[in-house]
Amino acid sequence: MPIKLPSFRPRKDAYPPDLWTKCPSCSEMLFNKQLDKSDRICPTCGHHFRLSAEARLALLLDDRSFREEDAGLQSVDALGFVDQKPYPDRLAAAQMATGLRDAAVRGTGLIDGHPVAICVMDFGFMGGSMGAVVGEKVTRAAEQALADRLPLVIVSASGGARMQEGTLALMQLAKTCGALERLRAAGVPYISVMSDPTTGGVFASYAVLGDVNLAEPNALIGFAGARVQAGTIAQELPPGFQRAEFLFDHGFIDRVVHRRELRSEIALLLRYLVPGDGVDEPPESRPGFTIDPIGFLTSLAEKVVPDLGPLDDAPAPNGGGGGAEAGAANGSARSTRLGRPSTAPTRRAAGRPRATTVEGEATDG
Amino acid sequence: MVDRLLGRRPGSTDDATHDAKSAMWNRVQLARNIRRPRTLDLLALMADDVVELHGDRAFGDDAAMACGFARIDGHRVAFIGQQKGADTEENIRRNFGMPHPEGYRKAMRVMELAERFGLPIVTFVDVPGAHPGPESEERGIAEAIARSIGLMSRLRTPIIAVITGEGGSGGALAVAVGDVVIALENAVYSVISPEGCAAILWRSADEAATAALAMRMSADDQLALGVIDRVVPEPGEGAHADHAETARRLRAVIVGELDRLGRIPLPELLDARYRRYRTLGAYTETATPPVPPPSSRGLGDRLRDLLDPARWLTGKTGSGPSRRDEPAAREEE
Ligand SMILES: [Zn+2]
Repeated sequence: MPIKLPSFRPRKDAYPPDLWTKCPSCSEMLFNKQLDKSDRICPTCGHHFRLSAEARLALLLDDRSFREEDAGLQSVDALGFVDQKPYPDRLAAAQMATGLRDAAVRGTGLIDGHPVAICVMDFGFMGGSMGAVVGEKVTRAAEQALADRLPLVIVSASGGARMQEGTLALMQLAKTCGALERLRAAGVPYISVMSDPTTGGVFASYAVLGDVNLAEPNALIGFAGARVQAGTIAQELPPGFQRAEFLFDHGFIDRVVHRRELRSEIALLLRYLVPGDGVDEPPESRPGFTIDPIGFLTSLAEKVVPDLGPLDDAPAPNGGGGGAEAGAANGSARSTRLGRPSTAPTRRAAGRPRATTVEGEATDG
Repeated sequence: MVDRLLGRRPGSTDDATHDAKSAMWNRVQLARNIRRPRTLDLLALMADDVVELHGDRAFGDDAAMACGFARIDGHRVAFIGQQKGADTEENIRRNFGMPHPEGYRKAMRVMELAERFGLPIVTFVDVPGAHPGPESEERGIAEAIARSIGLMSRLRTPIIAVITGEGGSGGALAVAVGDVVIALENAVYSVISPEGCAAILWRSADEAATAALAMRMSADDQLALGVIDRVVPEPGEGAHADHAETARRLRAVIVGELDRLGRIPLPELLDARYRRYRTLGAYTETATPPVPPPSSRGLGDRLRDLLDPARWLTGKTGSGPSRRDEPAAREEE
């Protein structure tokens, strides 16, 4: 339903970017509202756009089941880091823009009746980069999971360690992996979900360590960013390099899961990993996942349109390798289904990478 | 701290900034000096005997990672360390000290041996970064690094990590989780190479020295941050100038730590190790949640936007405080 425009304007301006988003995969112009309603999946080709933390929680958790923990954690500029702009200014700008204090939200909730400890990342906050706060939230999520014997679910969306926190950001790899080792030893399950992108130090710590690793289709997942590679090796990169399917082919991901199946897949896995948690009924006695009217309609609509599957949407053959620069245009986003996750503070913008948001680019950390 | 003040007021003290930058860059160059003593050089000088072990039992042997047993002042230890070459030919063979996943998996294999046979572990860290190429990704470099970090965090034997040269990111940390972390005076430690950091944040690899300074990657800075515990002074112009003296100094420190850690009961040691990393990272905790939410705009505002030509002509997002238009965390250059 694009509005007819006066002819003196250039064609491209027909789509004000805060209303329309171009699908990087099929080039279709999508009305943001529709996109939000369809869980930010392109109705034409199935391309998965990035989700804000709030939208992610709404997608995965049962209605009003989310209880946020540690909302007040905030990074400190321990290094006095200044590049083109002081780090505290960047933090403040990201906070203003997203309504988040940092790039992760954690708490507890229910997935199809199963209680879980959950931590989700938001790429919109400095490229989802991991500094002390993200590391702390992941660690506390693991520690709570251990203390309460709750299965842990972490959804990653990150370019890697946050350069502005230097080696203190690198140390978050050790902090989080240490906590996960304790969880592992205690036999508490951990499901890792990798969304676009999961690179650098986040991939090389908690994201890759799931008892079960899931990934969204075509998500960029890898260790080294393109620039690190370009500086070190001169080599052709294989097609589909560092995409979810590539990782699947090489044995590092159990299942590549369409966003709309994610919730039911996690619930299904939990029925194996957490026997006797009170919601362990035979699958036929319950729907695969709760029916959400909007989601149901859009998924119906999607089934009518053939899914073209993942396409190469990125400029570089390797997808720009790592972090904020990858994945091309993504448009703006805010959560769908407002009111669903309850205590999650306010609304936020989801990842909206531009060519210049680079903080989150994968370090090789 | 001088760096901090300088960093915050760019341009106000150009000369001092310049000096601080060159001093930092000089450190980076020393850490990368081709004549710097490597893992096996140091061991040959400080150990009574050395037995190298090879292979990850799954894929192959990685010459960029040296592992094995050594006897240092009567202590039997397992050692692990990246191994750069002393010349171009050896560097090619050893991939410039950048291990592939099999290197880290070999290291893990030897760590587990050490645990089973009650040997403390000494690691020598000197790596620009784990190998970043496609083979490395295909074989799971991230998985190998994460597993190694996790393993070291719980290994039931004392671990001493020594940053001897370049402590390059995850490829370094994968063998640098320990009960005590020591660095040679001119070693550096960073979350990303200064070149990589400069390329991303300054959009120019020429700013590597600036990035090195901003990341505070020198051993002294890392000591101040609590990431490392001890700095061992290097002789004369640096470790490259006197391998024997460097090894002698390092040996005394390692032996002292082996004695000290050997006296700590294991459960206590493991708790302290967990806490060491658990407490790294700076944050504050406020009771009240949110920062003010991005201002919400009603239908009326959006209709006005539609009708406002100025908006359309910008041709991109990011103008105005619309809730969708988060200001770019980084302004355009
Ligand atoms: Zn599309």
